[in-house]
Amino acid sequence: MSSSSEFNQEKSIIVPSWREAGAKPFVQIDQITKKFGDFTAVNSVSLDIYQNELFCLLGGSGSGKSTLLRMLAGFEKPTSGRILIDGVDMTDIQPWDRPVNMMFQSYALFPHLTVEANVAFGLRREGVKSKEVALRVAEILDMVQLGHLSKRKPHMLSGGQRQRVALARALVKRPKLLLLDEPLGALDKKLREETQFELINLQDELGITFVVVTHDQEEAMTLATRIGVMDQGGITQIAEPHQVYEYPNSRFVAEFIGNVNLFEGTVIGEERDCTTIQSAEIDGLLKVNHAISCAPSQVVSVAVRPEKIRISREKPDADANTTDGIITDYAYMGSQSIYKIALKSGKEVRVTMQNATRDISDRLTWDEPVFLSWDAGSSVVLTS
Amino acid sequence: MIKRQSFWLSGSALFGFIFLYAPIISLIIYSFNESKLVTVWSGWSIKWYVSLFQNEQIINAALLSFKVAAISATLAVILGTMAGFVLSRMGRFRGKTLLSGWVTAPLVMPDVITGLSLLLLFVAMESMFGWPAGRGEGTIIIAHTTFCLAYVAVVVQSRLASLDETLEEAAMDLGAKPSTLFFLITLPLIAPALISGWLLSFTLSLDDLVIASFVSGPGNSTLPMVIFSKVRLGVTPEINALATLMILVVAVAVVAAIVIMRKQNKYTS
Repeated sequence: MSSSSEFNQEKSIIVPSWREAGAKPFVQIDQITKKFGDFTAVNSVSLDIYQNELFCLLGGSGSGKSTLLRMLAGFEKPTSGRILIDGVDMTDIQPWDRPVNMMFQSYALFPHLTVEANVAFGLRREGVKSKEVALRVAEILDMVQLGHLSKRKPHMLSGGQRQRVALARALVKRPKLLLLDEPLGALDKKLREETQFELINLQDELGITFVVVTHDQEEAMTLATRIGVMDQGGITQIAEPHQVYEYPNSRFVAEFIGNVNLFEGTVIGEERDCTTIQSAEIDGLLKVNHAISCAPSQVVSVAVRPEKIRISREKPDADANTTDGIITDYAYMGSQSIYKIALKSGKEVRVTMQNATRDISDRLTWDEPVFLSWDAGSSVVLTS
Repeated sequence: MIKRQSFWLSGSALFGFIFLYAPIISLIIYSFNESKLVTVWSGWSIKWYVSLFQNEQIINAALLSFKVAAISATLAVILGTMAGFVLSRMGRFRGKTLLSGWVTAPLVMPDVITGLSLLLLFVAMESMFGWPAGRGEGTIIIAHTTFCLAYVAVVVQSRLASLDETLEEAAMDLGAKPSTLFFLITLPLIAPALISGWLLSFTLSLDDLVIASFVSGPGNSTLPMVIFSKVRLGVTPEINALATLMILVVAVAVVAAIVIMRKQNKYTS
């Protein structure tokens, strides 16, 4: 497909199972629908998740991502459709019999039990011998670096420590599938970043398949092997993080993940590796280096990410993908600067620029007329 | 400014305390009065306590009261917990408003009406199925359970409403079946509410005069009934001593209930 994904395949020796053609999925979600009265929370979702994946369900509130997760855990019964985990139909299996554990957004630690007893709870229900329970609890608490706090009650722990206890409690039973509902949502920014990487390492070490629900696109990008973007009860796109970012399949995905400039225009020419679009918004031509299947003179949007746009005082030597405007807003953010440029058509374009040098004496600033340009390979045509 | 405010606050607190506790304190002091006349002070003595414990009628009434209070508090906790669960966990169902109305009715219904309606019910039931045969201990227990249940249901319902339901989901997720879940998670978490509900029911039952007067039979007088009948013949220092002891029991129960509720709040927040 794209040059970047070829590069990835060469680099990694093991081809991830979701890229293999005939690979057997570990979790199969088959035409799942969930209705609450008249409201359809999840609408006919089909999704395959493979062994050892860290799959992120990403969506805003009310997108149905949490309901889907709760159906995997068994707390909600699907209105129609079925879920298979490791080949076993889960439809009539109660939550306490599923090979699945969940880490709750609120952590749901039992307030009357110590950290140790919280973690041991699941093993005791399984009937594991007390000697082994103690061993496994100690082992997992060491793994999340909480061995020294095992006798404390949850209300004596900090937010980050509670999060680790919740994680340990969900992992200690060695489930086939671990569900995480906004696992980092309650942590502050710094701790969240640290924990993200710890979570990835832990998943790698234990080889358990993770399904993470989040509304935070950055979190999904960092954590996920693949992302399923959800909107209004359906899945809009399932792809690897860089594909979701670079090749969104709809305006919704493009706008939900990161910032994007969308230019509207009419298709005027289409070849095998080049589509030409006439856009009044940039007062010129847009060229995209891939074909789209659309009717002639269809109205489409072209998505260009802010960091893919070049900004300059001199007119670039190009017949397409270029326009000019005036800087209306400028923000210095340390590692990068953000510019907002007003085009003649009134359209506002967002551009980010890396601050590669320290010297800002010659920087572009408010009210300066500038030219914008980007490569045909940096933009994507969106038809929906 | 702040000092002035705290002066007003402590002033009103002091006034409140005097207003509430002055009668009780004077009662307690006079229970140690040596004189036979209630209003004349003649020195310290515990002779009224001694004569109290030699009075068989009062001892029997006290034993009956404690027995009735303990049994009806226990029954009220069991039934009230069930009612509380239904009200907070069953979602919407037909007759929910009726049930919640029924549960809270005894809180606002005058005791005279509760007592009278129960008496009529017992009489009607006796003539229809021969049970309860006569009135006495059993009917007092049933009557007290009925109105104490309301208090327990309200306490349990509010506790369940503030209980994070994901705790129960987490327990299920970790392999606990609903019965295990109830005893290992839900019950310990609502235990403080149950204990304070029990203590509250116990004191309410111990204090009740009106309802017990309606539904008790001959020879089954509870402590408040005995006190009331004695007071009609004039207040004796013995009654002061008895009242002091009852205040002690009730105070211990109420303080225990408050302490337990406080501890529970520390958990959840």
